[in-house]
Amino acid sequence: MLDGLSDIRIKIGSSSAEDVVAFYLERIEKSDINAFTCIAEDAIDQAKKVDSLDIEGPLAGVPIAIKDNISTKGLSTTCSSAILEGYVPPYDAHVIERLRKAGAVIIGKSNMDEFGMGTSTETSIYGPTLNPWDTERVAGGSSGGSAAAVAAGQVPVSLGSDTGGSVRCPAAFCGAVGLKPTYGAVSRYGLVSYANSLEQIGPLANRVEDVAALMDVIGTYDNRDSTCVKHDTGYTDALQDDVEGLKIGVPAEYFGEGIDDNVQKLVWDAIGKFEDMGAEYTKVSMPNTPYALAAYYIIAMSEASSNLARFDGTRYGTRSEGENWHMMVSKTRQEKFGAEVKRRILLGTYALSAGYHDKYYLKALKVRTLVKQDFERALGDVDVLMAPTMPTPAFKIGEKMDDPLSLYLSDINTVPINLAGVPSISVPCGFSEGLPVGLQVIGNYFDEATILKAANTFEKNTDHHTKLAGAVV
Amino acid sequence: MVYENPDGVMIGLEIHVQLNKLATKLFCGCSTDYHTSEPNTHVCPVCMGLPGCLPVLNKRAVEYAIRIGLALNCEIVEQTQFHRKNYYYPDLPKGFQTTQYDYPIVSDGRVVIEGEDGEHVVRIRRAHMEEDPGRLMHMGSIDRSRGTLIDYNRSGMALIEIVSEPDMRSPREARRFLDKLRNILEYLDVFDSTLEGSMRVDANISIGGGDRTEVKNISSHKGAERALLYEIMRQKNIKRRGEEVVMETRHFDEARGVTISMRTKEEEHDYRYFPEPDLVPMRVGSWVDGILETLPELPDARRSRFISDYGMVDTHAKALTSVIRVADFYEEVASQVDPAAAAVWVSDVLKGELNYRDLTIASFTVEDMVKIIELVVSGKITEKGAVEIIRSILDEGGSPMDIVKEKGLLKVEGDVVDQAVEEVLKENPEALEDYFAGKEKSLNFLVGQVMKKTRGRADARSVREMMLEEIDKNYR
Repeated sequence: MLDGLSDIRIKIGSSSAEDVVAFYLERIEKSDINAFTCIAEDAIDQAKKVDSLDIEGPLAGVPIAIKDNISTKGLSTTCSSAILEGYVPPYDAHVIERLRKAGAVIIGKSNMDEFGMGTSTETSIYGPTLNPWDTERVAGGSSGGSAAAVAAGQVPVSLGSDTGGSVRCPAAFCGAVGLKPTYGAVSRYGLVSYANSLEQIGPLANRVEDVAALMDVIGTYDNRDSTCVKHDTGYTDALQDDVEGLKIGVPAEYFGEGIDDNVQKLVWDAIGKFEDMGAEYTKVSMPNTPYALAAYYIIAMSEASSNLARFDGTRYGTRSEGENWHMMVSKTRQEKFGAEVKRRILLGTYALSAGYHDKYYLKALKVRTLVKQDFERALGDVDVLMAPTMPTPAFKIGEKMDDPLSLYLSDINTVPINLAGVPSISVPCGFSEGLPVGLQVIGNYFDEATILKAANTFEKNTDHHTKLAGAVV
Repeated sequence: MVYENPDGVMIGLEIHVQLNKLATKLFCGCSTDYHTSEPNTHVCPVCMGLPGCLPVLNKRAVEYAIRIGLALNCEIVEQTQFHRKNYYYPDLPKGFQTTQYDYPIVSDGRVVIEGEDGEHVVRIRRAHMEEDPGRLMHMGSIDRSRGTLIDYNRSGMALIEIVSEPDMRSPREARRFLDKLRNILEYLDVFDSTLEGSMRVDANISIGGGDRTEVKNISSHKGAERALLYEIMRQKNIKRRGEEVVMETRHFDEARGVTISMRTKEEEHDYRYFPEPDLVPMRVGSWVDGILETLPELPDARRSRFISDYGMVDTHAKALTSVIRVADFYEEVASQVDPAAAAVWVSDVLKGELNYRDLTIASFTVEDMVKIIELVVSGKITEKGAVEIIRSILDEGGSPMDIVKEKGLLKVEGDVVDQAVEEVLKENPEALEDYFAGKEKSLNFLVGQVMKKTRGRADARSVREMMLEEIDKNYR
């Protein structure tokens, strides 16, 4: 079983942060799952500082991997894209400021789908991250590096971002715990936007309690993100080992066509386990679910087409040569963006264009409202919703790269949560032919406490999280 | 009299006003005080559009916009809403401009100007908030440039774009509207019109109900009038040839005084507006009453008050109140000397001398004006002498008392004048006879002779009275 934060605290206490960080750096060094885009050269120095100054933050000396779309002052932030090669932010994201203050050691940046656009970390300019359980398979995405690093024991905790499932999907594929907080719970200041009305930064770890500990640090109010909301932040305090009387809703629409039989069975087994522990479940209906995927992709691509307009080669990153500014921009974007990014920019531009705006973008916003109402209605009757995180276990590398539509379809159970803005956590609930399967526990707005409590209780009463992936060295 | 508008001219204006009296930019904490600074020194990750940065709306900017809306008699929106206007340009760091679209902060207002036929209402369609882009500096000319430099100091400055209805019927009315608007905005203390680029104008114009053209790149009120005069002539020539005016955007070449075609309707951008997800709506409906209470007195109200408080005529009241600095100047002077005298001296004399020299009221001090009026009222100097002091201060500087001494402007003593009157009457018996014969003009001649003897330091009116007295006493 991999070390959690409590184990690491003991180790740092008995030796030093420097030793602990060196141990993880060596693990990263030895591994070939390609979880990182860069390693912080000053990682050991950061650890030494913790040791010498006797810093006592809640994460003092704890190494953490940061998804490569979160701005880190002085440390390359590329979004796994050629267009941002060489870009080093002059400022820290809110979450990074918080982590540094808590004494965490930023050990490196983790691999991802280019700009977060993918479900497999295969669109990265640095190549795919391999699944620690089966290196012929994808780690999931887009926060594939963050999840794989945690599952392979290269860091105890990491940060990802979740626009349509990008924390939960790789958590499920790699057998880790991943939380997508309520929209507005964590400041996005410093997170490079892909689809800014949908995404949140979220923590990944091997234990629910470590995810909660990270939320205590990063989930504080920040006035630099106007969509950030003041709310209670006692995430760790919510972790009781008790689900007595918990009302679970099971939406039939999340068990439909395309959901693997083994996955369905493991999720139902998990729900059965909750019943054994004193919870009760009812079936609920969320009738607008079938429209969520289309609405999600239209909104995400529309926003992306605007968010990625700033990458024009003028101020930072790389640029191609052109005889004038327009040609330079055109060639830079043509040569430095990957195929999937260009596909989404083009589709988003189309969806926002005069004559199509109402038909696509506006319609998608209406669907979004309906999806939101589904959640409000369902969560009015029950405490949490439970469903498979992903329709299948991790698929093979390259398997879906030529078929974007089938790749988009694998987001079917995660995107409605982002449309609604509610929080959701993925926890390991078993294995299908040796590959981890994730259970998704969805809660009400700013009620992370309840889903953390449910996930924690499940973890404490099962042993899925104790199994080691083959790639752990 | 009703203005006929023979060419059927319709002019609508879009005015960008930079709210440069704000301490910080529209969406970040950068200082707005960059006008004398090195390029790219008033920037931060937000106004540079670095990846991951988010806007935070400047509350004070919203208050300024509402203040402007109230001064223009507009409706105020219940809550703010911002949109993205997507286009590529090197001065635009995010690849889109954060602006307002279907919910402008204020709409449906009106401004009364002095039109071709008396008071004329120009309706305000809307005014919305947006961010200013950076500034491009071409090394060399725009078409033969070795390169272009970008200064982002201006990037993110708060702008308000005021859009009028096409209610102006002549270039002169357009210019008067612009003057009035600037005066109102200065009264509101939301912008400093003396800073470069603080007010930029686009003009839409059509004649005889035809298609309109939009003229961009107008940098002054005078320029607006010239551009519009040219555009009317150009459109009339097109119609005279039996052709139709094409709807297009034209560029005003200030140096040559002509407009040049930039792009036609078909080439217009599709800006793909959509709501800015990074800004949440701000409920401002409840702010309106509070802002209304703190709204300063505006030009029209001040004009009425000057008439009732100081008993001045409307032409003086109007001349003294249109520009806030002139009005403030007057009131300071009037608090220390006779307000009626102050009205005449500031409005008729000082303003005339300033206009003649293309100077503003800032070139003259209240202190000097007060001193000069005191000297005249107490009879120490003549009106003519006072005018000379004002001219002298404007042209060469110096203080009123020094100039009085230097130029010997103190009025001469009564007995010297008495003596001059006696002498003149003795020396000019023929003129006196002419006067007795009924020639009023010869009295003027005699007065003139006295003035000559006293080198203009006597008061002509009193010389005339003394002369008549002397004639009655000793020559009848």
